[in-house]
Amino acid sequence: MSETLSGPLSPAGNGAAAPAPLTLSMQGALNRALGEVLEDNPKALIFGEDVGRLGGVFRITDGLQARFGAERVFDTPLAESGILGMSVGLAMAGFHPIPEVQFDGFAYPAVNQIVSQIGRMNYRSRGALPMPIALRVPSFGGIRAPELHGESLESLFVHVPGLKVVSPADPHQAYHLLRLAGSMPDPVIFMEPKARYWQKGPVDPADAGALEGARIVRSGRHLTLIAWGAMVSRCLQVADLAAEDGIEVEVLDLRWLSPIDADGLAESVSRTRRAVVVHEAPRSSGLGAEIAALVTERCFNTLKAPVERVTGFDVPYPSGDLEDEYIPNIDRILFGIQRVLEHRRG
Amino acid sequence: MESPTPADPSELEELYRLLAAVRQLDTAAVRWQRQGIIPGYAPLLGQEAAQVGSGYAVDPTRDFLFPTYRELGVARAVGVDMVEYMATHKATWHGGLYNPATTHFAPIQAVVGGSVLHAVGWAHGQRLAGPGEDGYNVALSYFGDGASSQGDVHEAMNFAAVMKAPVIFFVQNNGWAISVPTERQVAGGSVAARAAGYGMPSLSVDGNDVTAVLEATRQALAHCRDGGGPIVIEARTYRLGPHSTSDDPGRYRSLDEEQSARRSDPLAACEALLRTRFGTPDSFFAGALAAAEAEAEAVRQGLEGLAPRPGSEMFDFVFQEPTPALKAQAAAWRTESEHV
Repeated sequence: MSETLSGPLSPAGNGAAAPAPLTLSMQGALNRALGEVLEDNPKALIFGEDVGRLGGVFRITDGLQARFGAERVFDTPLAESGILGMSVGLAMAGFHPIPEVQFDGFAYPAVNQIVSQIGRMNYRSRGALPMPIALRVPSFGGIRAPELHGESLESLFVHVPGLKVVSPADPHQAYHLLRLAGSMPDPVIFMEPKARYWQKGPVDPADAGALEGARIVRSGRHLTLIAWGAMVSRCLQVADLAAEDGIEVEVLDLRWLSPIDADGLAESVSRTRRAVVVHEAPRSSGLGAEIAALVTERCFNTLKAPVERVTGFDVPYPSGDLEDEYIPNIDRILFGIQRVLEHRRG
Repeated sequence: MESPTPADPSELEELYRLLAAVRQLDTAAVRWQRQGIIPGYAPLLGQEAAQVGSGYAVDPTRDFLFPTYRELGVARAVGVDMVEYMATHKATWHGGLYNPATTHFAPIQAVVGGSVLHAVGWAHGQRLAGPGEDGYNVALSYFGDGASSQGDVHEAMNFAAVMKAPVIFFVQNNGWAISVPTERQVAGGSVAARAAGYGMPSLSVDGNDVTAVLEATRQALAHCRDGGGPIVIEARTYRLGPHSTSDDPGRYRSLDEEQSARRSDPLAACEALLRTRFGTPDSFFAGALAAAEAEAEAVRQGLEGLAPRPGSEMFDFVFQEPTPALKAQAAAWRTESEHV
């Protein structure tokens, strides 16, 4: 993890010139962001399973306990409902909890606390008990992990009133979105694409760029590919391949899954007039359905084809040997593109 | 624990007045439901001493209470406005209209066992903040024998014990979780007995004896303030009424059992103690009853005068920072419902 040496362990200089852009893995970027959130806000706390001495199973919290002490970065007993329920009480006591659930599938035992408590406490208390909780969840598949270590829970979370949901696609986004999520006064589910933890990329700490809504990662005029998390880089690969055939694909990184940037979607698709949404989660009632509805509501008169969905299947997330068959791959995304391009009105 | 003998009558008289007020409010609430003033209510009849005795011991300016949906007696004892409290039962607002941040009385909790972990988190926060001159602020988590079956209660006790969080797990073992008796709910018959497994102390107390509950809670508070970590109090009591105004106990327990339980009425026990120990005159009890009746009547009037909240509040309190999508829904609702 040599890249972390240029990240979390180097103190941010006070009054120094703006730091130069860095090259960091997403792990390093997240780690750096967490360190700065703890520095900026003395009420911020990081806790979860193995996040202290070990630095987390993905090392996202590496070095933070040594730097900030075992009161601000601490290991909890192994119980996800306990971690999230405790977050509620700490928020009530004026702290800003940044808990980690070790893997996506382990959020299931905590659903009561996330859905019935964290998502509702501000409402139930008529705004008297805000829940500034940024829940980090290593998410999605692609690492040949055991069962329930490759889930895509965004549809579950975005259906819950009172939660905001965001997923970064690259190290720069990861750094800035986590800094933002860690300072927001409302609960945020921060879905980290674990398959992308070790890919490096440029991070400019001094220039976040706009962090609200979706962002266009690549411009194109023939169709819009809509994705988030690990699927963004795959869609960029697809766009490169399609360009060889003269197809100009626009790639839109949704980033915020709740609230969805409906205007940003409409702006892109109103120009390209075709949309393909790509996600790892199962197809039925997946976020792709919501996106298709939003695009259709806003772009019905200009759409040249129904919004296409390239998604996981309505099956439990499979074992590693089969996950490449499950996760939308380049061929399946290209087929989706072909379908919207070849669509003819009846 | 044996019932301690109070030194002077003034505290016991105050406790009696609280018990009488809670008895009146609670029984009145059942009437109000029958009269259609409120759609539903969960009576605490029989549990007045457990609630008043524990709530009275707490300092709500520094400690924090985490109720379920049956803690009117605690709320009254710590000074929560009763109209704002009852607003939840009038279906005005889930969680009631009182301010939990200023009253230190958490919003009414519908999920059995749902708030026990919140108490542990809050208590851990007190540990992180460090003790004041008089030790730590303390969380009081209220739950029942039914909730003790929930996994969250185990997680809460384990977390609290590992972290030495200043929290009192106050169990009202009232014999029944809706229709299921304690012996079908709590293996071993006692929640307090579990404390040993977590390495924390416990107090088992006659929950119908207000002085015993008060003394146990004060002991537990002292333990927590001193940094001793969590503690369990199990107050053995009996839910004399139905689970809620929609419940029919005749389907699962006998009248004989209820009548037998009525013989340990906490209000009557407190009255007897006052009369035998201090010779408190009839006029005191008549005065307490009159004050309680007047209070209940004032609360009834307050509830009847309680208007529905504006529909815009559905949207206002979802987030501290509302999302554009929610603002759009609120605008659409306003246009279509108010024709503006």
